[in-house]
Amino acid sequence: MNRTQPLVLGIESSCDETGVGIVRGTALLTNTVSSSMDEHVRFGGVIPEIASRAHLDAFVPTLEEALAEADVSLTDIDAIAVTSGPGLAGALMVGVCAAKALAVATGKPLYAINHLVAHVGVGLLQQGGGTPAPSGAPAPQTPPHALPENMGALLVSGGHTEILRIRSITDDVELLGSTIDDAAGEAYDKVARLLGLGYPGGPAIDKLARTGNAKAIRLPRGLTQPKYMGTAEEPGPHRYDWSFSGLKTAVARCVEQFEARGEEVPVADIAAAFQEAVVDVITSKAVLACRENGITEVLLGGGVAANSRLRQLTEQRCSAAGIRLTVPPLPLCTDNGAMVAALGAQLVMAGVEPSGIGFAPDSSMPVTTVSA
Amino acid sequence: MLILAIDTSAVASAALVSDDAPESVLASFATEDTRTHAEVLAPGIDELLAEAGVSGRDVDAIVTGVGPGPFTGLRSGIVTARTLAFVWGKPLYGVMSLDAIALEVAESTDSAAEFIVATDARRKEVYWARYTLSDAQLPHLADGPHVGFAADLPDLPVYGAGAGIYSDAVKAVAEFSTRQPEALSLGQFALARLAAGEQLLDSSPLYLRESDAQVPGPRKRAL
Ligand SMILES: [Zn+2]
Repeated sequence: MNRTQPLVLGIESSCDETGVGIVRGTALLTNTVSSSMDEHVRFGGVIPEIASRAHLDAFVPTLEEALAEADVSLTDIDAIAVTSGPGLAGALMVGVCAAKALAVATGKPLYAINHLVAHVGVGLLQQGGGTPAPSGAPAPQTPPHALPENMGALLVSGGHTEILRIRSITDDVELLGSTIDDAAGEAYDKVARLLGLGYPGGPAIDKLARTGNAKAIRLPRGLTQPKYMGTAEEPGPHRYDWSFSGLKTAVARCVEQFEARGEEVPVADIAAAFQEAVVDVITSKAVLACRENGITEVLLGGGVAANSRLRQLTEQRCSAAGIRLTVPPLPLCTDNGAMVAALGAQLVMAGVEPSGIGFAPDSSMPVTTVSA
Repeated sequence: MLILAIDTSAVASAALVSDDAPESVLASFATEDTRTHAEVLAPGIDELLAEAGVSGRDVDAIVTGVGPGPFTGLRSGIVTARTLAFVWGKPLYGVMSLDAIALEVAESTDSAAEFIVATDARRKEVYWARYTLSDAQLPHLADGPHVGFAADLPDLPVYGAGAGIYSDAVKAVAEFSTRQPEALSLGQFALARLAAGEQLLDSSPLYLRESDAQVPGPRKRAL
């Protein structure tokens, strides 16, 4: 196996995107994604069984397209990588079984990969091919598996909200904080439904929020009271954690109050206030976690990285705290196969043993398990 | 003709069947468990190929059970079959999974001219189909597959694990009361039908049930 510039094919199926990506070392060759998002619109959220059915039908066509676009054949591949968790159990199962079949059919080694760590691994791909290099992207001359020291990652999507510390992308990742209920993107979807804005909620709320007054309505920031926060020396039980279910309830109550008074619901103001509450609490806790853990480099990943206000406030607060921020190009922030391939390549380059074909997908795989 | 057959509609199973082999069996495996398909299927197929000294190049076609069966398990076999067929460049066929048990019934001394095959559909229901038999013929699918309550089945002898679970409600045939669809019989059935010039299905799963998703109604307004 080529361990210096390995050609790795990555497979992702943990939620509603069927992704196949191919990388050579840290160079991205293709990022092919088939999404079932349109099929979930009328339900206002991802329906696991619909996503799983879509993965089954999308896998082979997506694989075929990825191979054609990268102009490589399966015999050239050095290793296969697949998301084995965390994610929707039935959805993970499709990608994992496909990846194992691919390993059986080609005889190539297979790596079972942590989806969350893969969101960070994608940041190690060289930027090029027209996408502007964001500040803080690794320079091309750095060794392929070099990661900034004191690295952290803020992941925000419809499925997760986490702050991680990464000492080594291949074997030392720590969860500093996470949501204790809904993911941020999920909260956007639920509130968008309350406000009659449709699915997915993120883009709809982001757009409308620009025309609203965020200060017109006061909404709570979850888990920010002293009993949860504690102090740096004596941290409370949820110092770096988030909760969005109370916020969603507060929005529902606010809408009801306007309706009960027979007044028009100020949808734009509520959208703006909600967005501000989410983004404020995410960024303030993330920056706090970074400061108190000596993290000086942060990667922002996950689909909600597309949110204009989240990007703006993260940038502002990171720069005020002297933290360097990297945001990968958006198609690499949302769920995709390239990130799985990217982390797979890091594992190959670090000499990590493949997982074999006997592992089970794990819908609640902890971030401390980078590969199974 | 050498066929690699896979079925995960109930247990995880795979088999290599060939018209050149004695009893047309080269090698086969089946688990008893109905919930570990993702772990055991690929290693099982890998060992099967090694044991028979067969590589992907030697296989002429791949056959997958297309259910009905619990969705997550069912998909694990179909996606495996589709992927192997794509990589090896081989034709892929589907066979209705209950046919596997029907073939075993036809070959047993205990068969009836008309019968039902039933498997566990969970949620207190069974997957079932009605078959007819005439001399020296392959079993003929007369009705189904369907999903429903065991108590609503036609009044005929019922074969398969679905009968065993609801033996108080149906005429369960004891000898078959724990029988699950397996790739070996499925592959033999495919081989026989292809030899007879009959068509097989494509690899689309027979879910028989919708995804259970509910379209949310309009939010109730306060007032
Ligand atoms: Zn993700």
